[in-house]
Amino acid sequence: MLNLIIIVAVVLVIAVIFTAYRVTTLVDVVKRKKADEGDLEVSSNNSWQAILGVLFVIVGFGAFFYFSITEADIYNLPIASEHGVVVEDLFSITMYITVAVFVITQIFLFGFGWKYRYNKNQKATYYPHNNTLELVWTIVPAIVLAWLIISGLKEWNNITGPAPENSEVVEVVGYQYAWGFRYPGRDKELGDYDFRKIDPINALGIDLADQNGHDDFLATQLVIPKGRPVHLQIRGRDVIHSVYNPHFRIQMNAVPGMPTRFWFTPTISTAEMREKTGNPDFNYELVCNKICGKGHYSMKGIITVLDENEYDAWYKENQANTFLKQNPSYISQVPDELKEAAKIASGIENISREQKVTTALSSSK
Amino acid sequence: MSVTDIELQEDLAHHDDHHDEHHEQGFVSKYIFTTDHKTIAKQFLITGIFWALIGGALSLIFRLQLGFPEMSLEWLRPIMGEWITETGKLDAEFYLALVTMHGTIMVFFVLTAGLSGTFSNFLIPLQIGARDMASGFMNMLSYWFFFASSVVMFISLFIETGPAAGGWTVYPPLSALPQAIQGSALGMTLWLVSMALFIASTLLGGINYITTVINLRTTGMSFSRLPLTIWAFFITAVLGLLSFPVLLSAALLLIFDRSFGTSFYLSEIYIAGEALPNIGGSPILYQHLFWFLGHPEVYIVLLPALGITSEIIATNARKPIFGYKAMIGSMLGIGFLSFIVWAHHMFVTGMNPFLGSVFTILTLVIAVPSAIKAFNYITTLWKGNIVFTPAMLFSIGLVSFFISGGLTGIFLGNSVLDINLHDTYFVVAHFHLVMGSASFFGLLAGVYHWFPKMFGRMMDDRLGKVHFWLSFIGIYLVFFPLHYIGIAGFPRRYYSFTSFETFSIYGDLNALVSVAAIATFAAQFIFLFNFFYSIYRGRKAPLNPWKSNTLEWTTPRNPGHGNWPGAIPSVYRWPYDYSKPGSENDFIPQNVPYSHTPESNLEHENEIAMSEDVTGVEKVNA
Repeated sequence: MLNLIIIVAVVLVIAVIFTAYRVTTLVDVVKRKKADEGDLEVSSNNSWQAILGVLFVIVGFGAFFYFSITEADIYNLPIASEHGVVVEDLFSITMYITVAVFVITQIFLFGFGWKYRYNKNQKATYYPHNNTLELVWTIVPAIVLAWLIISGLKEWNNITGPAPENSEVVEVVGYQYAWGFRYPGRDKELGDYDFRKIDPINALGIDLADQNGHDDFLATQLVIPKGRPVHLQIRGRDVIHSVYNPHFRIQMNAVPGMPTRFWFTPTISTAEMREKTGNPDFNYELVCNKICGKGHYSMKGIITVLDENEYDAWYKENQANTFLKQNPSYISQVPDELKEAAKIASGIENISREQKVTTALSSSK
Repeated sequence: MSVTDIELQEDLAHHDDHHDEHHEQGFVSKYIFTTDHKTIAKQFLITGIFWALIGGALSLIFRLQLGFPEMSLEWLRPIMGEWITETGKLDAEFYLALVTMHGTIMVFFVLTAGLSGTFSNFLIPLQIGARDMASGFMNMLSYWFFFASSVVMFISLFIETGPAAGGWTVYPPLSALPQAIQGSALGMTLWLVSMALFIASTLLGGINYITTVINLRTTGMSFSRLPLTIWAFFITAVLGLLSFPVLLSAALLLIFDRSFGTSFYLSEIYIAGEALPNIGGSPILYQHLFWFLGHPEVYIVLLPALGITSEIIATNARKPIFGYKAMIGSMLGIGFLSFIVWAHHMFVTGMNPFLGSVFTILTLVIAVPSAIKAFNYITTLWKGNIVFTPAMLFSIGLVSFFISGGLTGIFLGNSVLDINLHDTYFVVAHFHLVMGSASFFGLLAGVYHWFPKMFGRMMDDRLGKVHFWLSFIGIYLVFFPLHYIGIAGFPRRYYSFTSFETFSIYGDLNALVSVAAIATFAAQFIFLFNFFYSIYRGRKAPLNPWKSNTLEWTTPRNPGHGNWPGAIPSVYRWPYDYSKPGSENDFIPQNVPYSHTPESNLEHENEIAMSEDVTGVEKVNA
C-alpha cells in the first residue's frame, strides 16, 4: 500500500513538473519575438550561467582547500618506511605544482566566462594564434615535467634496484583469499618451490628435493624488523594478487608463474605506531590490491614490525618450528640421500635441543 | 577529392533522389537497415543512450553497497534475484560483475560506439561536404555488428553464473579460470564473443571514416581547412584501426587458453585443489597486449570529445579557435604517443624496472600536448563574446574535467608515485574525470549542439542548462572526494572496507559520493525528457541556430539522403572566421569565397581571392 502511495506521489510530482514546463514553454512561445534568421539568439539567462560559473569556482575552491587542510592528517597516512619519506616529498612537490595549475586554470576558465560573457554591442577579438605564447606553454610544462621525471626516476631506481646484502628475506605468497609467509630458517636460504607440490598442508609448495628448504619455516603474519632492509620475494599461486600497504608505500603484484620482488626498510615498529596513532589495536595490514575473486575485499594479512632485538628473538624461537618438523610425514618427499640431513636441519631428530646440531647428529647415529 | 570522385558521388546521389521519387523507402530500409550516415548516427546515439542508462544504473547499485554497507537491498530482489543474498545484501561476487560490466559498457559501448559512432557518422560527411560515407553498406554493417555485440553483452547480464567479473580489463588467470570466479564461466565467453563483434564493428566504421575523410572532401576542403571535429574523428579512427586488432589477438589467445588448453597466459597455477598442467605462459603478456589497445582507447574515447569541444567553444565564443595548427599538432602528438605509453598501467606488475623508467618518461611527455590543448581552449575564451548555450556549458565543463583529471595523471604517470597510488581510488578519480566525465560531457555537448541538424528541432535551452549544472556539480561531488579516499590507500574493486582497520575511515565520504551519484544519475532524466520530447515537440530549428561556419548548416532543415538537394557547396576558407575585423556579421561560413568578403580579407587572402574559382557559389548559397 505504501509502495502504491509512493508511486502515485511520484507520478503526480512528475505530472506537475511536466505541466509547469509546458506552461512556461507556451508563455515563451507567445513572448518570443519573431527571430530574424540572421540574428544570433542569445537567451536572457546568459549572464546567469557566467555568474553560476564564478560561484562554482569560489565555493568549490573553498570546500577543496577547507577539506584538504583540515583532513590532511587523516588521508595522509603516517609513513613507516625509508623510501616512503622520499616518495612523499615528491608527492608533495607534485601536489603543490598541480594544485597551482589547477587553481589558476580553473579561475581563468570560469573567470573569462564571466568577463567575456555575451554583450550585444561587443565583438570578440579575432585572435587566431600567437606563436610566442604557444611556445611558452609548450616549453614551461616540458621543463617542469622533465624535472619531476628526473627526481622520480632517481628514487625509482633506488627502490627497484637490488636489495642490500644484509636484507631479511621473506617469501610472500598470495592465494585465494589469504597470504602465506615463508622464512628461510637457520641457513638464511629459501628453498625451491614447485607448484605441483602444493597440497592443503604444503600450501606454498615447498620443494623438499632442495636442501635449502628443509629448515624453512612458515608464519601466519609477516613479521619484519624495524630499521633493517626487508626483501619480499613475491609470487601468486592461482590468480594475480598484489602485495600492498599504504603505510610503507609498497606495492608489487603477486603473479603466478613469474616471481616478483620488493624491498624496503620499515622505520616505525607496530608498538611505536600504536602509540603514535593513539590506537592500541593498530596493525599494519597487508592489502590485496589486484582483483582476485569473490573474497578479494577480505584478503588481509597482518604485518608486525618488531624492534631488531625482538625480531631476532622471534626468529630464533620460530626457526625451531620448521615446516618439516611440524609435518614430519613430508620427510617422504625428501630424496633418500638427503633424508638424514633433512631430519637434522629441520630439527625433527632433536626436538628438545634443536640448537645443538652436532649433538643431534651424533644421537641419530 | 578529385573532380571525378565528386561527380561520381553526385551521380550516385542523383540516382538515389530518383529512386526516392518513385518508391518511398520502406520503414525497414529507411530506419533499420539504412545506409544513410545520418540515420546510422542516430542508431548509434540511441543505442549509446540505452547503454549509458544500463551502465549508470549498475554503478548506482554498487555505489549503494559502498556508501551504505548496512542497507538492506531486499527491494532489488525483483530484478536481481539470487544476487541479493538471504540477508538482503548484494552478493560479493556480483559486486565484481557490476563493476566489470559498468566499465565495459561505459568505455566501449557508450564512449567508443556511442560517441565516435554517433558523431563521426553524423558529422564527417556533413562537415567535409560529402553525400554520404565512402561505403554506406559497410557503415550499416558497422552498426549491426555493434548491435549484435550489444545483444550478446546484454544477454550475459542475465545468465545463471553472471556476467564477466574480472574487472573491465579481464586480466587472466582470473578471467581464464572458471574455478577462480563464476563470472569467468559462460559470462566471460559471452564477453569475449561480444568484444570480437564489437571490434569488427569498430574496424568497419574506422576504415570508413578514414576513407571518407581522405577521399570525399568537397572542392576546396583541404586538410588545413578541416574543422577540428573532423581532425579528431580522423585521428581517432586511425588509432582504433591500429589498436583494436591487438585487442582482438589478445582476446583470441585468451579464448584459446580458456577453451583449447593452450598456455599463452597461464603458468604454474594451483587452484581449487589441483595443479593445472599449464606451463610457460605469462599473465603479463596479456596485460601488454591489452594496454597496447587500452591506452590508445583512452584517447579514442577522449579525442572526439575534444574535437567536438573545439568546434563548440569557437562557435560560442564567437572567436576563432586559438592555435588551430597547434591543436592539430597536439592531437597528432597525443595520437602517436598514445601507442608508446601503455606500460604505465603496469608499473607494479613486476616488469623490468628499466621499462618502468622508459614509460614514465614517455607518459609525462604526453602531458605536454594535453597541456597545450587546455591552454588553447582557455585562450579561445579570452576576449570572446561568449554565448552560454547548453552545448557551450558542457564544453566548458569538459575542459574543467580535462584539467582536473589530467593533472592527477602527472602523479600516476610517475612510476615512483604510482607504487602507492596504483589501483587505489585515486586512479578511479583520475580516469573518471579525465576520460569518463570529460568524454561524456563531449557526447552531451555534441547532442545539444547538433540536435537541430539531427532532428530539425531545438532542444529546450533552460532544461539543458539545469541538466548541465546538476551534472557538473554532481560529477565533481562524485569524483573529487575519491582523490582523498585514494590517497588514504583505499583499493578499488573492494566490495566492502570493513575487513581492514586501515580503511575504517571515510564511511561518510563514501556515503556523500553515493548520494551525489544518485542525484547525478537522476539529473540525466531531465536530458532524456528534453531529448525525446524535443524530437517530436521541440521548436522548429532555424537553418543555422548557432551561427556557425561549418558546412552542415548549409543543408536544409531536415537534410535528405545525399545531404544537399543541389550541388555540394565548395569551401573557400577555414572554419573559424568568427568576428573577423571588417566583416559585418560575426561569422563567415566556409562556403563564402574570399572574393565576396573584400572588406574583411587579410592581405594574403586577397591574393587567394584573385585566383578563386567561384562558379556556382551563388547557386549554392541561394
